[in-house]
Amino acid sequence: MANIPSMSLNDIAARLDAMLAAPDTALAATASQRADELLALGEAILEIWLAARGETPTMRVVEGFRLLALHRQGARGEPSFNACRETCRELVYHHNLVRLEPAHTDVARRLRLGAMVARHLQLFIGGKLEVAGLGEFCCSSRPLRQHEASAQPVANV
Amino acid sequence: MSGKYKQVAYYPGCALEGTGHAYNRSTKELGKALGLDVVELKNWNCCGAMEVKNVDPKLQTYLSARNLSIAEAMGFDTVMAPCNGCYHNLKKAEYDLANDPASREVTDQLSRKAGHETYKAGKVETIHALDWIKQAIGEDGLKARVRNSLKGLKIANYYGCMYTRPRHIFPEKDRGPGSESTWKPHFMDDLLAAAGAENVEYPLKTACCGGAHTLSDSDTSTKLVLNLLTTAEACGADVIATECPTCHTGLEMHQVRAEKVFGRKTTVKILYFTQLLGMALGLSARKVGVPENFSASSDLLRARGLG
Repeated sequence: MANIPSMSLNDIAARLDAMLAAPDTALAATASQRADELLALGEAILEIWLAARGETPTMRVVEGFRLLALHRQGARGEPSFNACRETCRELVYHHNLVRLEPAHTDVARRLRLGAMVARHLQLFIGGKLEVAGLGEFCCSSRPLRQHEASAQPVANV
Repeated sequence: MSGKYKQVAYYPGCALEGTGHAYNRSTKELGKALGLDVVELKNWNCCGAMEVKNVDPKLQTYLSARNLSIAEAMGFDTVMAPCNGCYHNLKKAEYDLANDPASREVTDQLSRKAGHETYKAGKVETIHALDWIKQAIGEDGLKARVRNSLKGLKIANYYGCMYTRPRHIFPEKDRGPGSESTWKPHFMDDLLAAAGAENVEYPLKTACCGGAHTLSDSDTSTKLVLNLLTTAEACGADVIATECPTCHTGLEMHQVRAEKVFGRKTTVKILYFTQLLGMALGLSARKVGVPENFSASSDLLRARGLG
């Protein structure tokens, strides 16, 4: 696993942009390392979300991947977080695809698609963090003003 | 044709009467072309979408229960909702009414106050427009009716985030062969492939479109949509097929905004799956509302002999 220091979402976005802009030959030459880097960047993104919530990111794994364990941790008590569940799984899939066939003729494209998936995760988490103080993000969110709703029984509305 | 879902109650919801009118039009025309009937719910109300849910989820449950109650009173055991938000909320209400006594109590109170029968869980099945076509007609039935094959058209199928989430409100999904998957939905892929399209492997088919951000933080929405669009293009797609009016409008509007604000132009077209299937059956582009879309796809469609 690549060693990813503590980074901001902007740092992560810059790393992903660099990977997307890299020539095919450069990506192909370091395919396995790049695949690990993608996974580590995904973990770093979720760590930022967890740290913002005051939690210690887990070191556990789910189905062999820490990224999936971090997602599960991040979604606890936050149903709308599941909107990035498949994005995390797609990132794992692209990592595995490259790792299994690092010499595949399509490996550069596969890495770029993986980077686009990671970018979606970065944008999604960025959006969630931005509105964290203002309200929930997604349509399947918990009620924003649950306490108000419970204070005023609906039958009296 | 199996005969199942040949006639269903139809709940268009607010979006299909506004920005999603092309989806409303194409859904009805597609049904007509396939010999399927839809009967619109009388005096339906808003499903509560995200606004009511965020303020008072039990009131939202009641709003959906009222629509289900109308379907039952009209003699239907199935209601079809093409909008992901409406579909999601009807399914959620069904789940809550089956599992949450407090939701049942509030729904009963409000139903009596409003003067209609209280809806009881299990009386009416909620289906999406995808379930409707898939189960009533199926891939073989579609293939037999195709007049203008979508052959050569590369499509990224985009389902959005509400069609499969949360998993527990969709007990009919993930039941093995023939059922829809919440991990990797495929009903739209199956139907468009039956009409001749070439589906591309699209890794963001259930990723967030940033719909809820549109008003509060447009730049985040635009960036999320731009990533959906550029990824679809990287996958080789000519078209993104949609099955949700909110996602569809978001993709169209932020495609324009991405070019205006960030200088990023994308050329992938955005069409409802009902429009694509309708044109495959020989309906004109006008008939299925293509000129009503914001995304200008006429040149592409003409070049492919569609519409």
